[in-house]
Amino acid sequence: MRKVAIVGIGQVPVREHWDSGLREMAVRAILDAMQDADVRNCDALYVGNMLAGYLSDQSNLGALLADYAGLQVSEAVSLEAACGSGAAAFRQAVLAVASGMVESAIAVGVEKLTEHSDVSPTNGLATAADADFEAAMGLSFVAINALLMRRYMHEYKCRKENFAGFVINAHDNARHNPHAMFRQAIHLEQYQHAKLIADPINLLDSSPIADGAAAVVIVPAEQAKQFAQPAVIVNACEVGVDTLSLSKRKDPLKLGAVTQSTQRAMQTAGINHTDIDLLEAHDAFSVMTTLALEAAGFAEYGQGTQLANPATIGINGKLPLSTFGGLKARGHPVGATGMYQIVEAVTQLRHQAPDAIQVSDAKRAMVQNIGGSASYVVTTILERDKA
Amino acid sequence: MDLPRIWRLKSQRYKLEGSQCKSCQKLSFPPVQVCSDCRSQEIEPFRFAGKGSVYSFSTVYNPLTQFTEFVPYVVALIDLAEGPRITAQLTDVKPEDVSIGMKVEMVIRKISEQSDKGAIVYGYKFRPPIK
Ligand SMILES: [Zn+2]
Repeated sequence: MRKVAIVGIGQVPVREHWDSGLREMAVRAILDAMQDADVRNCDALYVGNMLAGYLSDQSNLGALLADYAGLQVSEAVSLEAACGSGAAAFRQAVLAVASGMVESAIAVGVEKLTEHSDVSPTNGLATAADADFEAAMGLSFVAINALLMRRYMHEYKCRKENFAGFVINAHDNARHNPHAMFRQAIHLEQYQHAKLIADPINLLDSSPIADGAAAVVIVPAEQAKQFAQPAVIVNACEVGVDTLSLSKRKDPLKLGAVTQSTQRAMQTAGINHTDIDLLEAHDAFSVMTTLALEAAGFAEYGQGTQLANPATIGINGKLPLSTFGGLKARGHPVGATGMYQIVEAVTQLRHQAPDAIQVSDAKRAMVQNIGGSASYVVTTILERDKA
Repeated sequence: MDLPRIWRLKSQRYKLEGSQCKSCQKLSFPPVQVCSDCRSQEIEPFRFAGKGSVYSFSTVYNPLTQFTEFVPYVVALIDLAEGPRITAQLTDVKPEDVSIGMKVEMVIRKISEQSDKGAIVYGYKFRPPIK
């Protein structure tokens, strides 16, 4: 397998986009990524999406978007792994170019979650769990995370305020990201008094549903210098898989798929935790951030919330986290999220982030996209090209 | 949920029927076709007694549409006495009276109702035991 590089990025702002549909958002992101790379075509298109079939009556997105983006492709297909759909498409694009099967590929994530009056996004998101034995019992996707949070607080004698630092950090960073959905700072008091949606999870523990699309262009690393932008090398992109149902895991507070995928990625890239300059984490819920940091080895089990302070996760901290606002404040357009994370990490490694959120001298980033309750996890290690 | 699907799941919903591996005795709920521990396909039905304790729980305020009439309702992960963990709603108890470790037992109740298709789903919920 040859090394691959990212040479183009594109994204639309995360919003409620009443004026553009699934295809307009995705095509915009694809065209912007191609313009950024200064290429006129790509050999293959991989689309990450979870709910177009359920909410927008639209499947077969590969062919649809290749056509509307004006691409001449040898392959175009869409991939689904709940909230991990974006990274699933990214990994497929990486593998296609790395294997030599194609010379260039586009990965795009797209999701349209607002504007549906007759079908419920809450019901759609619940299809990430077992339809017959979880959703059919009234378990929403938020409730899954609430079960984890309650148990976590019980087992580790952890107070709810301990999670607040992750939320405050995400909102703080999003203030400087023009593509973010929520660009205002929040304070501990607001967090403490936010409305409950599934006890103990309140509105501010939870990322907002939104519309969005983000895309990248991938080529072989040895050709990366021909392109206009500083290339970012994909040093690893590795998966972990666990049971779909929370109930089938021996210890639901230990996310096995996060551990597997992180260890594999670090091994492939030949690095360890201290080599990472920033982490785009899957902070869909503050408890998920905590569990993932622990399972990835950044904290001992039960101590993840000790990282939730500016000295550790702030832009100038030891491990800058969710530097563009994360899922929490940039917004969580489910199947597009994994691609926003990649686009943001690439921006950091090109040193093109807005000043206030640029991690100084960023060389290496870790990106982690989580599907379901960590049933499918992709960890990617990106590195600024040394040349 | 469509009628054949509701019908197909009746042994699980009404009788809490899971499965047991004949080779290594591992118990599962929901039932499996192959044992996740020893890979044996020699599997037989196993009916759980319906006693257990609460592993974790949450009170849901933003429901799936077919559960709107029950809001707020309590969902829980329950450790069955025989071993497996199961996802179910709690009933006959106020949310503020639920705690981790609390003993519960199975009852049959209305689970959900879909207004458009009219199918009413019945099945297991769990409640504190009647003394
Ligand atoms: Zn067995």
